Amino acid sequence: MAHAAAMPDAAPAVPAHQPSAGTLGVYTQKLGMWVFLTSEVMFFTALIGSYVILRWGTATEWPDPTKTLAVGITAVNTFILICSSVSMVKAYAAAVHDDQPGLKKWLLTTVVGGATFVGIQFMEYRNLLHEGFRPSSGLFGSTFYVMTGFHGFHVTCGVISMAYVTLRAFQGKYAGGKYEGIETIGLYWHFVDLVWIILFTIVYLI
Amino acid sequence: MTATTAQASHGHAHHEELPFIRKYVFSSDHKIIAIQFMFLSLLFLLLGGLLAMAVRWQLGFPGQPLPFGRLLGEGVAPSGVIAPKFYLGLVTMHATYMIFFAIMPLLVGTFANYLIPLKIGAPDMAFPRLNMWSFWLMIPAGTFALLSLYAEGGSPAAGWTGYAPLSNTPVYSGVSTGQIYWCLGIAVFALSSLLGSVNYITTVINLRAPGMHWFRLPLSVWALFITAILAVLAVPILAGAIIMLLFDQVLGTHFYLPSGGGQPLLWQHLFWFFGHPEVYILILPAMGIVSDIIANGSRKPIFGYHSMVYALCTIAFLGWVVWGHHMFQSGMNPTLGTTFMASTILIAVPTAIKVFNWMGTMWRGNLQLHVPMLNAIGFVAMFVIGGLSGIFMASAPVDMYIHDTYFIVAHIHYVLFGGSLFAIFAGIYFWYPKMFGRQMDETLGKWHFWLTFVTYNATFFPMHILGVAGHMRRIYDPNTYEFLRPLQSLNTFISVSAFLLLGSQLPFMWNFVRSLARPKMTDINPWRDNGLEWTLPSPPPHGNYATPPIVLHGPYEYSRPDTAEDFLPQDQPLPAHQETR
Amino acid sequence: MQHWWFPENASSYGGQLDAMFYVILYITGIVFFVVEIGLLVFVVKYRGRPGRKAAYIEGSTRAEIVWTMIPAITVVLIALFSQRLWSLVKSPSQIPADATPIAVEAKQFEWHFTMPGPDGRLGTDDDIFRKDTLHVQVDRDYVVELQARDVIHSFFVPAFRLKQDAVPGMTTRAWFRATRTGTFEIACAELCGVGHYRMPAQLLVQSPAEFAAWQAAQGQ
Repeated sequence: MAHAAAMPDAAPAVPAHQPSAGTLGVYTQKLGMWVFLTSEVMFFTALIGSYVILRWGTATEWPDPTKTLAVGITAVNTFILICSSVSMVKAYAAAVHDDQPGLKKWLLTTVVGGATFVGIQFMEYRNLLHEGFRPSSGLFGSTFYVMTGFHGFHVTCGVISMAYVTLRAFQGKYAGGKYEGIETIGLYWHFVDLVWIILFTIVYLI
Repeated sequence: MTATTAQASHGHAHHEELPFIRKYVFSSDHKIIAIQFMFLSLLFLLLGGLLAMAVRWQLGFPGQPLPFGRLLGEGVAPSGVIAPKFYLGLVTMHATYMIFFAIMPLLVGTFANYLIPLKIGAPDMAFPRLNMWSFWLMIPAGTFALLSLYAEGGSPAAGWTGYAPLSNTPVYSGVSTGQIYWCLGIAVFALSSLLGSVNYITTVINLRAPGMHWFRLPLSVWALFITAILAVLAVPILAGAIIMLLFDQVLGTHFYLPSGGGQPLLWQHLFWFFGHPEVYILILPAMGIVSDIIANGSRKPIFGYHSMVYALCTIAFLGWVVWGHHMFQSGMNPTLGTTFMASTILIAVPTAIKVFNWMGTMWRGNLQLHVPMLNAIGFVAMFVIGGLSGIFMASAPVDMYIHDTYFIVAHIHYVLFGGSLFAIFAGIYFWYPKMFGRQMDETLGKWHFWLTFVTYNATFFPMHILGVAGHMRRIYDPNTYEFLRPLQSLNTFISVSAFLLLGSQLPFMWNFVRSLARPKMTDINPWRDNGLEWTLPSPPPHGNYATPPIVLHGPYEYSRPDTAEDFLPQDQPLPAHQETR
Repeated sequence: MQHWWFPENASSYGGQLDAMFYVILYITGIVFFVVEIGLLVFVVKYRGRPGRKAAYIEGSTRAEIVWTMIPAITVVLIALFSQRLWSLVKSPSQIPADATPIAVEAKQFEWHFTMPGPDGRLGTDDDIFRKDTLHVQVDRDYVVELQARDVIHSFFVPAFRLKQDAVPGMTTRAWFRATRTGTFEIACAELCGVGHYRMPAQLLVQSPAEFAAWQAAQGQ
């Protein structure tokens, strides 16, 4: 902790712990996560691609999203999720440098950020349903709920996994610079954030 | 877990005796998981076959009560006669069980799981516990699939292709709960498939033993690796599409329903964007297995190893840009049809390359016509017919006539049965000794092969003729159409052949079960094969290799002029003065 | 046995489509015999015998080139010839400009035909509506405006080699010209539900005189 504060602009030190890398120079756990994320990209491509086609590939009239959706609150929520990605990066850096207190702090921040995001989304859903905007509310409703719903499901799984990783961090499982588990879940977390940025843009803003 | 620590921990696992349930039921050992997949899939293969027999009964003997038909219940078979709606359910579930619960788990779940770690010299998969999940997810998936057969309101009756709006509108199909179970079953299957594929890809990239360079991998491993990449990219598309189909039915969404602004063609595009890579998932592993077995049976290196690898990659790549050939007549823009025709017809080229290379392997070989080799040669002979019939369909104008006729059904079955299933039989006969330490009986195996070969061709070849005569698919009673009435005798002939085809599987079933009880073999390499797995005891111990093997050359060093034996396992050195390639 | 093959062609482009089929049949037939006979010959000639050793050959670049180029050239030629035909039959720009329109609606489980009356135009008072029987005149171009009321169906006329899916929410089009008189069956060629097997219809091709007489008889 002390030496990190003393050299704030230095490049990150070479991690003391080096996992063995395969052909691509990527250790197994991380490679597995990349492969899994590839499949997730394809899954969201099916959903988002369908939305794009249904909205802009045909002559269908599309309602103005800003009239139905709470863009303001969701923008704040988006910011919260992005912040949780930042805290994730900090958690990873802490793990690499074997900064255990920092790791625990930043992991907790990420969990809280993710859980807040899910909570606000959940409340948004309640409001929308209450106002009569349902999955059956035309193509807008169909696409909105399917895309954001599955995204929310992925964030929820992420929050649960992150909570588990945080618990393990408190148990000292990532001490000694063992950063692989943190980096791996970090990849998932950033992916989920990236999907949301895309969704927010093309569903809420355009 | 890193590769080295995984190997170290598996070395230690030798000394702990796991309880029965951890060793054989909830096992994370890839070999046990593979065998579990095999048993599950063989059961579904039998079930799928029985459903087909019922379909063929109706077509061969229309309106006649099915033997034991009354057992099905008055709802689906009044007085034992199959009702039209149940007939469509049989057709739908036959294909669904065969594709998702038989062929895929046999080719991928079984052979990828069993062969990959052994053939690359690894102790297990990269993620053994994830692997275990991959198998156990098949149980709820299979349960949904089975439930859908007898769901209230009937089984899904929109074909395995489930075109909307028929598939998601109970008012049109008469099916509600059954279709929901179908969607759920396939969605859970997709997850199982995905977890498996993550394992196969990561394992092949990261866990190869020292010296196992990419171009020293056996073609079976190459094929399974490329298949897993296809699966990772294609299966999630199916998952997304099917979830949207399900939501149309249960949540009131309108993705595919024109009444709400949706588009039926969207389903077709999504489904076939998955569907075409899917058929390559169903054939590539078969090609890989057959390559290994033909080289072994010919006692010769595979002809054109590098070309074979590039052909696999080309087929996989081109497979992404041809999906529209399933939709030539769909109302899609005809210009799109032209582009899809161009890409589709090109796929014939790498496929032809493979067929000629298999023949080149056999040429001037020293052919050992053991049962696996017979099945592998049978594969080549039958797959080529399926591939050639594909050229007719690739021509969009010709497809206009033969689309949705029995010409397509013939093609499907020549590539999936004549192709994939013969390769599966070859693989089972070949690796059974390694899995169970006993060899299947050779005589019974030959009876099985020849009976199957003859009855299979008698069943499916005439379907080409039915198709040329214009006989449509999924037709409960062709006699409604005057132009189809003269074909009844051909349909009856096909049906009788199909019953004999099912009967021909009895020697295999008996052989499989009976051989488990035979005394264990002492020979750990009965086929004199070069694969690393044949250097291990049968069955190999948990953790496979006590120390990782060092791979010294490629997998097809058969009949080298400078060796006494006509084979050379991959961990045996080449004779002196040879460079390793 | 004649019924165990294509129905006799009755459309202007059917002959060309059949010819394309036969070209592909001859080419694939040759490949079929080469491969199957080759396999048989190899199995016999190179059968394992005691003392026999296989030839240690790993491949031949020249062979690869030959058996890549020949199939590639062949299939490209097939595609080029097919493209010409495909365009002729399905391209909107190829639909004859003066083709008489017919509206076909597919529904579970019957066909509805709306044919123009003597004025030759659809959507006018003299339109003729029929279920399950379509009347046309021989040697005249027709364009079918195809719709589906409920699920996807497919308009299939085997004698014309014509097939076009009918998709709810879309109007698809197909054109034809009958070259001989007679009654030809129409079938549904896309699974559309329980009654998919019982959706036959009749396409009656009549001489100009018969057609005119029929059309006149429809007028009230």
